[in-house]
Amino acid sequence: MIFKLFRAFFKIGLFMFGGGSAIIPLLQAELVERKKWLNEKEIMDYYSIGQCTPGIIAVNVSTFTGYKLGGIKGAVASTLGVIMPSLIIIIMIASLINLFLDNQYVMHAFTGIRIAVVALIADVVLSMGRKNIKDRYQFAIFAAVVILMLALSISPVWVICGAGALGLILRRGKTV
Amino acid sequence: MIWLLLFFEFFKIGLFALGGGLVTIPFLFDLSAKYGWFSSQELFDMIAISESSPGPIGVNMATYVGFKILGIWGGIVATAGLILPSVIIVIIVAKVLEKYRQSNTFANLMYSIHPAAIAMILYAGIELGKMVLISPMLIGIGIIFWGAIHFIKLHPIVYIVLGGIVGVVLKL
Repeated sequence: MIFKLFRAFFKIGLFMFGGGSAIIPLLQAELVERKKWLNEKEIMDYYSIGQCTPGIIAVNVSTFTGYKLGGIKGAVASTLGVIMPSLIIIIMIASLINLFLDNQYVMHAFTGIRIAVVALIADVVLSMGRKNIKDRYQFAIFAAVVILMLALSISPVWVICGAGALGLILRRGKTV
Repeated sequence: MIWLLLFFEFFKIGLFALGGGLVTIPFLFDLSAKYGWFSSQELFDMIAISESSPGPIGVNMATYVGFKILGIWGGIVATAGLILPSVIIVIIVAKVLEKYRQSNTFANLMYSIHPAAIAMILYAGIELGKMVLISPMLIGIGIIFWGAIHFIKLHPIVYIVLGGIVGVVLKL
């Protein structure tokens, strides 16, 4: 089981492009339909837990799924499996790319790519904002953090800790 | 010492980056400013490559940054640092699952952490934008890209490839 988990998650890491939610269709195809180790509802449960624990969502979901299927060893095997393609491929790309970065066409291409990256980030902010900023207190926190970061560039660690503390104070005694 | 520092910095990112891969970007900005391990231009390219290579973006970026600083083992150490908090916390959470999901404290924490995390991504986007959107034409292209992303909603990799093509064709 341990090796099977490693292999299944290696495949998921290899075919996954993008951020956290990109892992869902792959978990469904590999673990629900092919291997029948889990059902759809379990996948969504694991995903929602992966979303609210610290760290990279796809790694969290893999660790959690591995733990459920194979205990601590399963968790470690799944996690190693999902990150292994990244390690191999990124190290390959990173060692090759320096050979091409001086090329004129590559430089033009990267200017265009950078514009696309900024536009992608802008859209992520918009869609995440719509989902997660629902009242004026949340909007005030959002605006305050943007201004603070631009003016003082404080460490993100303090922003997260400060925001967490503020949430506990603002919502003290309130239920979900 | 630098090995320990690299591990520790990425452990911190793994511990405090709540809300997915892109939240690591403001943390990486911070690293660039604090240690000068890589320039913000280089960070830009790392984001683009991480978004268009297989695997979770956050893991890709950790591997890339680590490799940039200390070679292959640097990539491995940074990635190990990034995922270790996840593995520990998720295993603990798996044991006390139901209590955690229904806890008010947790929901109250996330009530304000989510807006702060989104604000930090916006900050990173503004800093990156300042570097590349330096003429009216480039701003125009950026707006067209944003419109396409927002209204057509194809996979990010499509827009990254398109960006590359537009860059070559228009000699940006």
